[in-house]
Amino acid sequence: MRHVISLLLENESGALSRVSGLFSARGYNIESLTVAPTEDASMSRMTIVTSGSDEVIEQITKQLNKLIEVVKVVDLSEAAYIERELMLIKVRAVAKDREELKRMADIFRGRVVDVTDSTYVIELTGTQDKLDSFINAIDRALILETVRSGVTGVGRGDRILKV
Amino acid sequence: MVLTGAEIVVRCLQEEKVEYLFGYPGGAVLFIYDELFKQDKVRHVLVRHEQAAVHAADGYARSTESVGVALVTSGPGATNAVTGIATAYMDSIPLVIISGQVPTPAIGLDAFQEVDTVGITRPCVKHNFLVKDVKDIAATIKKAFYIAKTGRPGPVLVDIPKDITAHKCEFVYPESVSLRSYNPVVKGHHGQIKKAAQLLFEAKRPMIYAGGGVVLSNASEQLTKLARALGFPVTNTLMGLGSYPASDKQFVGMLGMHGTYEANMSMHYCDVLLAVGARFDDRVIGDPKHFQAEPRKIIHIDIDPSSISKRVKVDVPIVGDVKEVLEELARLIEAEKPNPENASAWWRQINEWRGKQCMLYKGSDEVIKPQFVVQKMWEVTGGDAFVATDVGQHQMWAAQYYGFDKPRRWVTSGGLGTMGFGLPAAMGIQLAHPDKPVAVVTGEGSIQMCIQELSTCKQYRLPIKVVSLNNRYLGMVRQWQEFFHGNRYSESYMDSLPDFAKIAEAYGHRGIQVTKPSDVEGALREAFITHKNDLVFLDFQVDSTENVYPMVQGGKGLTEMILAEDL
Repeated sequence: MRHVISLLLENESGALSRVSGLFSARGYNIESLTVAPTEDASMSRMTIVTSGSDEVIEQITKQLNKLIEVVKVVDLSEAAYIERELMLIKVRAVAKDREELKRMADIFRGRVVDVTDSTYVIELTGTQDKLDSFINAIDRALILETVRSGVTGVGRGDRILKV
Repeated sequence: MVLTGAEIVVRCLQEEKVEYLFGYPGGAVLFIYDELFKQDKVRHVLVRHEQAAVHAADGYARSTESVGVALVTSGPGATNAVTGIATAYMDSIPLVIISGQVPTPAIGLDAFQEVDTVGITRPCVKHNFLVKDVKDIAATIKKAFYIAKTGRPGPVLVDIPKDITAHKCEFVYPESVSLRSYNPVVKGHHGQIKKAAQLLFEAKRPMIYAGGGVVLSNASEQLTKLARALGFPVTNTLMGLGSYPASDKQFVGMLGMHGTYEANMSMHYCDVLLAVGARFDDRVIGDPKHFQAEPRKIIHIDIDPSSISKRVKVDVPIVGDVKEVLEELARLIEAEKPNPENASAWWRQINEWRGKQCMLYKGSDEVIKPQFVVQKMWEVTGGDAFVATDVGQHQMWAAQYYGFDKPRRWVTSGGLGTMGFGLPAAMGIQLAHPDKPVAVVTGEGSIQMCIQELSTCKQYRLPIKVVSLNNRYLGMVRQWQEFFHGNRYSESYMDSLPDFAKIAEAYGHRGIQVTKPSDVEGALREAFITHKNDLVFLDFQVDSTENVYPMVQGGKGLTEMILAEDL
């Protein structure tokens, strides 16, 4: 099953490689991993999308907690949460495709953020599923580049991950 | 007081009351060695290979309750140390390893003797640090010692670039450490401990399974007290040997791949299992599916939550320091006095299993049986020697036939299974216990992996007894080839072996080659008694085809044992 795991870790060089090294060493799967500092510059927030049986996910959270630089770990997908991913997708936009792509971007509440004679860059935010759907909805042959940030997420309401 | 980085390193080790520092100098650590030269509180032991420095620190740590410390240079110094670090990591041994690094401006430029030490060691340390500012040295070393010895212990590496050891700053050694991200749980959850006590009271076929965590937590006394109050059978893992007295009638022997018949059967067929500081390792329970096919309730005490429900689902997890939890559990047990009759039928069953006498082996007047050497060594040393081993058949025979009544007497590489561990580990033990007999049970294969340390033993006058069970084969490999590879002994025969007695003599020690069973005891007496103060290398020419029994084949179930009598 797919899980979205969120963690707070010390913003130190090497902390990222400890986490990614743990996943490769123990054969855990990483679908995406994002990391950036928080409002407290000494701390980073990381979101990992992974999948595995309940036993594997239990081990993943325990092993993450065991890393000295990891401050807190929570499995966001255990309860209500919000997830978002940003995508920048560069497409060939000529002739009748220009109109069609603009229309598709509007339907998915995306924005065209760069325009040339022959290309658009469309910015799109949403869940992983929504971005996947957009890709599936447009003509594959028109896609020049796809850049995705990876999933980030936050618990709903009172679920707060903070030190 | 303004000091250089190198002075600070040495002052930190003094503050941590480090008695011995095992190391090997080189370019990147020259400033540190210069400061070591100017003081006499921390005694440096010069090994002959960095692997041995870490093993020696490891042997020191295992046989005492202290953190072992090693110092190596950058590049090959650090890579040579990796085997030692991984060995300590797998067995949760508290070590601090200080490694030199090329100067900070040279990092990343493929400088001479540069290697990404923090990167290479990351998967086999509890934690590691690269110090980039002289002002951070003291706090980092303080943290390193704290992390190494608290929680589930482990090796911590501190990598220090050469220029940082020359820079200066004000030296203050921090009094305490506080890490927001690292707070190991020590006290067990009271509700869980109560649940555990209840299960133990109701048990009809109880079993106590104790591992290396009992030794690490110094909880042998608490374990013994609880086990006696309950009157339950106790088994030890390889790492746990000595945590419960082997001579006690409740002890059913070691369990696992080469465990006793009675230990493996009781482990499998018990209805309530109390696992203490053990991790249901593949060499202990074999196939987890086979093990879990038999219903039983499992209580698991461990300081590391990730050890719980890792290979086997547990019913009552208790995270905490083994010693504290056992104390609390014993209080509950003693308050309610268990009925010893509960387990009487179970004991009858166990005694029936014991009747198989799975440890019996065919003696011989012609050829020396390796088991016989270990038994005789037990007699000659009164069962009170410190025993380090290498890895293979000899290791299993030492575990099976040298009954340990006290913890920290048995020093072996259980997790990583590192050949070459024994001799350097024995150096650390002997330095920590200068007046105690220290033996290395080894084989002609393993001993050659760190034999250069005979030179270190000479320099520091370490009267270790090397008990080599020389069967001219990589015995455990040969045994597997006999059982599972149609007797095709691919590369397991050791040709062109040296005369080990002469090698020992060449290093300035005594060497004795023993070929007859009737000479075994005499040779051991000569080594352990007559030449108590010398290193003696005993080269026992043993039966080359002897196998270790019982045996559970890798991946099989715990009850599917091959016994000596079956063949």
